[in-house]
Amino acid sequence: MKDRALVQIALYAAIFAVLGLMPKFDLPIAGGVPITAQSMGAMLAGVMLGAKRGALAMLLVLFVVALGAPILAGGRGGLGVFFTPSAGFIFGWVAAAFVAGWLMQVLRAQAVFASALIASVVGGIVVLYAFGIVGMALKTDLSLIDAAKACLIFIPGDSLKAVLTALVAQTVARGMPEALLSRAPTR
Amino acid sequence: MISLYLAERTWAHAVPAGWKLIALALISLLVTPFDSVPLMGGLLAVVFSLYVSLGRAALRQVALLRPMLPLLVILVGLHWWTGSLEAGIAMVLRLLAMVLLANAVTMTTRMDDMMDAVEPILRPLALFGLSPRALALMVAMMLRFVPLLFALWEALNESWRARTGKRGGWRLLAPFCIQTLRLSHHTAEALTARGGAPRGKRR
Repeated sequence: MKDRALVQIALYAAIFAVLGLMPKFDLPIAGGVPITAQSMGAMLAGVMLGAKRGALAMLLVLFVVALGAPILAGGRGGLGVFFTPSAGFIFGWVAAAFVAGWLMQVLRAQAVFASALIASVVGGIVVLYAFGIVGMALKTDLSLIDAAKACLIFIPGDSLKAVLTALVAQTVARGMPEALLSRAPTR
Repeated sequence: MISLYLAERTWAHAVPAGWKLIALALISLLVTPFDSVPLMGGLLAVVFSLYVSLGRAALRQVALLRPMLPLLVILVGLHWWTGSLEAGIAMVLRLLAMVLLANAVTMTTRMDDMMDAVEPILRPLALFGLSPRALALMVAMMLRFVPLLFALWEALNESWRARTGKRGGWRLLAPFCIQTLRLSHHTAEALTARGGAPRGKRR
């Protein structure tokens, strides 16, 4: 693996941690549900790095969490988080980043904003919730439908995060196009 | 950076990291099929007495569960509504016991010991050209990036506030990303200039 890829994987893992440690965004539409910016880290990693590196960045996050660093939203971390009802979401970040990155590469001929939005929504919401809901159903013995109900309150916040991710991708594409690795010419 | 690790040594610190991890994995597999409230209550009581034996600093970490409470209430409610309250309570007791037990391993194991303990599992990664040393470098880089990125965000936030009097919030995201990417390019160049990341035996 090239040095640059290595550093960027570490960087996006760090951005993910920073998003979780940051004070919560003020989102009036969510009706008091605590919303963290963290799942945006998975969208960003996929959209910016592409499928493989995005997924590796998320795997690095999981590894560091398992090692005991409290880098998840609310200062959580350690092996304990893999036993919470949200463990499905935690593993889902890897798949979310992979799918978002893959879509970004598939849609490379399209406009950056539109394809980043599609990639974030499909990867960061559809795929992530599929993992999250199945994980919650497994951990809590609820049926899939009931587990889905318990997760739905987060969807409005996540849609906003997808839009923000797309805006960031577009800005980077304008200001520093070579940094959008998911669009870099494959060699 | 703050860590969940307990600085004060307890008896559990002396147990090798690998054993603790194996014990945790075994217990998590063992308790999954059971749904009885007394059994799960007993498990939680055992885990709690483990915390008592680790001392006051460990007990204080139980407060980390607080953010989970609203979700647990919703989950028990759903269980009650769709079937049996008893199953819901057993589920919550099991969740609490396992989260606390896993956290106890984290509390009493240093990060580098944990890394050494999982190294044998990571060895197959060398087949994909990623040496465990490169992984250790990535972990170190990531942990170093976190405070650096915070400082960068704060700097952007302050300059935004100087100009507008308000907090920057999401508006800072795009400049923040460009600045961090520039930072990562410099880091990568510096790394290459120093001989590059360790590559394991494959090269």
